[in-house]
Amino acid sequence: MGEAIVVTSGKGGVGKTTTSANLGTALALLGKKVCMVDTDIGLRNLDVVMGLENRIIYDLVDVAQGRCRLQQALVKDKRFDELYMLPAAQTKDKHDVTPEQVKDMVMELKKDHDYVIIDCPAGIEQGFRNAVAGADRAIIVTTPENAAVRDADRVIGLLEQSQLPSKLIINRIRANMVKSGEMLDVEDICNILAIDLLGIVPDDEKVIKSANAGEPTVMNPSSRAAIAYRNIARRILGDMVPLMPLEEKSGVFSRFRKFLGIG
Amino acid sequence: MADKQYITIKGVKDGLVFLLDDRCEFSALLDELRYKLENTHQQLLSGPLVHVQVKLGNRRVNEDEKERLRAVIRQQGNLLVQSIESEHPAEMAAGRLALKVMTAIVRSGQTVEHEGDLLLLGDVNPGGALRCTGNIYVLGALRGMAHAGCDGDEKAVIAASLLRPTQLRIAGVISRPPEEWISGDAAMEYAFLQDGVMKVDKTTQLHRLRKESVFFKGV
Repeated sequence: MGEAIVVTSGKGGVGKTTTSANLGTALALLGKKVCMVDTDIGLRNLDVVMGLENRIIYDLVDVAQGRCRLQQALVKDKRFDELYMLPAAQTKDKHDVTPEQVKDMVMELKKDHDYVIIDCPAGIEQGFRNAVAGADRAIIVTTPENAAVRDADRVIGLLEQSQLPSKLIINRIRANMVKSGEMLDVEDICNILAIDLLGIVPDDEKVIKSANAGEPTVMNPSSRAAIAYRNIARRILGDMVPLMPLEEKSGVFSRFRKFLGIG
Repeated sequence: MADKQYITIKGVKDGLVFLLDDRCEFSALLDELRYKLENTHQQLLSGPLVHVQVKLGNRRVNEDEKERLRAVIRQQGNLLVQSIESEHPAEMAAGRLALKVMTAIVRSGQTVEHEGDLLLLGDVNPGGALRCTGNIYVLGALRGMAHAGCDGDEKAVIAASLLRPTQLRIAGVISRPPEEWISGDAAMEYAFLQDGVMKVDKTTQLHRLRKESVFFKGV
């Protein structure tokens, strides 16, 4: 029996889909059997980021409405044998499936996979409820912006009410802006949100480049974001991995390692 | 005087406790109180200053009746009324006796509402709100909105370990924290109303505003 992890944020555009794609790939890279589920019905992106758009035959709504079996809708990744994706429908909307249906699918997927990574749509409405229904735990993605932190806080509140344990990923940190005080730093965000930090991901142009190429960044070991995602994947498996320094020269951020003790 | 006893007077370590019956007529209570103080308990009640706690049981009294009780007891020069307490549920909720202690992080989109005073152990994040008819005390960071005295009590205060609110309201007064509020030091602060204007000061100064009579032991 595997574990289902929902990747959510409240705010749009903070990197939920990128994080889902990279963590799914990173876990597959570590030899795990992984299925990624895109629950952003109507605005599906995960297939594009993974470069699997042209292989989709059936989707999540087809499974929910009984037009196909779950296994038929799974798309196998082109790089890994043990990495699958359940795509969302592009023509329907969030109300065409219910949380119970998604939950059943996730339960089914957990039987055959070590990890089920659920990519949640932005917002806190039906799409959010669908996505969190089957999850065992949550990863909250935020960026060092007030608006993103505010929305993350809202989502953490909702997840606490449904007793879902959640951990934090701070995405797109720019070391030079943090240094000059123009960007919230990791400590500020952790103080406000008061949940365990799972990892930080530096802002990296290679992420955009590789997303456009349909190739998750994590495959490119020269990218700093890739290393960050690989570290996060190892932490999900339970390894203790120190937080990477934001800048090449280390030392300044060693104090953030204490968050890992909890995380 | 009636053979029924409505009032029991007990001596405790730091004064006297008057236990008043909660089913008889209020006027009967006053009569007996007057009678006891002036006649039967004369010797017991003379001497140095004694603090009195009045316990009303399940009876509800209004401010006027409380004042009449105080007046009767005050006639006996050496008695000082420390408190008048009722165990009536409505009284408990309405009065300042009801301090609600809560442990939580009030996150964005969440609101805590309470009749009476509230003590929150935890933070209030931006977008979160506290709304109370009484005072608000936060052992943690207040970064969201707090409304004290929301039924119009202008004496209510808002105190926090870290006062960094998005907005503060006391009774009908709304205030955004101006720059000078942000003192930058780690002192605990509270907000209060002075002539209808919101002010912020260190919590150590709060006792000057309240001017409550405090009974210290061991002086």
